[in-house]
Amino acid sequence: MTSLLDVKDLKTRFLTPEGTVYAVNGISFHVDEGETLAVVGESGCGKSVSMLSVLQLILVPPGEIAGGVVLYRGQDLLKKSEREMEAIRGQEIAMIFQDPMTSLNPVLTIGKQITESLRVHMGMDQKSANKRAVELLEMVGISDPSHRLGDYPHLFSGGMRQRVMIAMALTCNPSLLIADEPTTALDVTIQAQIIELVIRIRQQVGMAVIWITHDLGVVAGIADRVMVMYAGFIVEEANVNALYENPRHPYTSSLLEALPRVDRRRDRRLKSIPGAPPSLLVEPHGCPFAVRCEFVIERCRTENPFLTAVGENHHNIACWVDIKTGAQR
Amino acid sequence: MNETQPLVKVENLTKHFPVMRGIIVQRKVGAVRAVDGISFTIERGETLGLVGESGCGKTTAGRTLLGLYPATAGVVTIDSHNVRSAKGREMLAIRRMAQMIFQDPYASLNPRWTVHSIVSEPLRVHHLYKTEAERVERVQELMGLVGLSGRLINRFPHEFSGGQRQRIGVARALASDPKFIVCDEPISALDVSIQAQVVNLLEDLQDRLGLTYLFIAHDLSMVRHICDRVAVMYLGVMAEMADHNELYEHPLHPYTTALLSAVPVPDPKKDRARRRIILAGDVPSPINPPSGCRFHPRCPLADEQCSREVPQWRLAAPSHWVACHKV
Repeated sequence: MTSLLDVKDLKTRFLTPEGTVYAVNGISFHVDEGETLAVVGESGCGKSVSMLSVLQLILVPPGEIAGGVVLYRGQDLLKKSEREMEAIRGQEIAMIFQDPMTSLNPVLTIGKQITESLRVHMGMDQKSANKRAVELLEMVGISDPSHRLGDYPHLFSGGMRQRVMIAMALTCNPSLLIADEPTTALDVTIQAQIIELVIRIRQQVGMAVIWITHDLGVVAGIADRVMVMYAGFIVEEANVNALYENPRHPYTSSLLEALPRVDRRRDRRLKSIPGAPPSLLVEPHGCPFAVRCEFVIERCRTENPFLTAVGENHHNIACWVDIKTGAQR
Repeated sequence: MNETQPLVKVENLTKHFPVMRGIIVQRKVGAVRAVDGISFTIERGETLGLVGESGCGKTTAGRTLLGLYPATAGVVTIDSHNVRSAKGREMLAIRRMAQMIFQDPYASLNPRWTVHSIVSEPLRVHHLYKTEAERVERVQELMGLVGLSGRLINRFPHEFSGGQRQRIGVARALASDPKFIVCDEPISALDVSIQAQVVNLLEDLQDRLGLTYLFIAHDLSMVRHICDRVAVMYLGVMAEMADHNELYEHPLHPYTTALLSAVPVPDPKKDRARRRIILAGDVPSPINPPSGCRFHPRCPLADEQCSREVPQWRLAAPSHWVACHKV
């Protein structure tokens, strides 16, 4: 079976006055039709930049896609012109962002903003676009949608705006939705509403989802497969149960042990990971996690481990050491 | 001073912010009822968690408690000092004893000041050391206490990472040797791997220095980990307060139950098996809060009484407080 999206050796850099920022350092991954892939990592790990690169939404300059192949249904997106990309964004791949306050235009009504892409991409007239917009708003759970088309974004709460963003993303029935921390700005009860909504819509529409987040709790609830990123590299990739039950990369396992649990009594101090993520201004050599890693060996400091399979079902890690046995690869 | 008394006592604390209209002639047209009559105590050496969603008044409660905002009504005593009536020397003594750690380690440190100026400011304000040399020594001692090298004393905030900046904020709060610290979302701006560092630091400092914390947060998992007791706020009022395990294992208020059920668990099988109570709608405006119980428009159990009568804040079980007609 061919993948919906197949990314190989993608590299993105930013040329800044302070020097080159090595944001994404040759990552390869794929997304299958209808699957939900979660991309997890801390700020600056390259999770958003890599997905923005896929859609060529990186500002050039200072940004630069320094290499790689992004195959969407077999076609290389990096070779497409801006005009061809415009047709793909929205129609084939849609994206929603973290901050629903700033991603809507404050001086246009909600109706205007939703119908715009229906008219541009689908060639609908205003009347049928309005009708479709009402259906979409209804689908994302906005009550009395025909009246709310004339409202401006400031009249909507944060959770409602995120629903509007999702409705806009769905206008052209995309095959892939990229959601960049869509619930991070929201309260936990509203986050639960939005997650439930995305899961329901994904089943209805049958689209694939890439869900970018830093929250390992959210990932556990929605993902089929998980990709953990650190300093511009993928360090572990596995199906969701394998990742949580049997994390194989030292970073993933430390991260899971650093989390307190709402459903458990306190049984220990939290495990903390010493130090901080490395500066991206230095060209990486060796494993990026080496300085914070408790399993570090000499080889880690000089040679960057490549992503390789360690278990069944495509459980991949980039590490020279097997953290269960201590054996070296 | 009586050492068996709670360190902090809050009775009916209220903070309303006026809503003004008009440009030249301003008149008050309403009030944001950010905190609307909350009561609790904090024992010496204890950590009380104050949780709730954005806009529930938890930060306002923390600030009003320390007298950073003048309270509209209510009584706050910290170590037998009345915060609302204190002036001059007594206020200075309260400020020395009760400190605050802020949420955003980027915005709460003056970018033009060195670590030394930032951490020694409380020492200068309270005239705690006579000479500059003594102050430098104290700042270095404090930096050691929070896990920063004393060699970095003349650096500026931008030279530090987020976690290190929060350590500077902690050192500043500790400078005047306080008994009580209000931690206002001290870790929510930090990455997961750094959060654990700061939480462990706060716990170590509490053990070593016998500190009492009010820990304001929205991360319910972390609150369960760090707090001894937890209070839940909704729209300016208290919904429930109990020992941490009691609250998480036997929540009584329907809002607490829904809030806890919405927290994701980092375990796919457990998370997907959890029964979520999805609350409809959003938190209403604190300018014009709902009548009766403020939670009634979103509450799955609400009936006619809930929309009419304000529920009493009462003890439902030993040291388990709740405000709900249905309990």
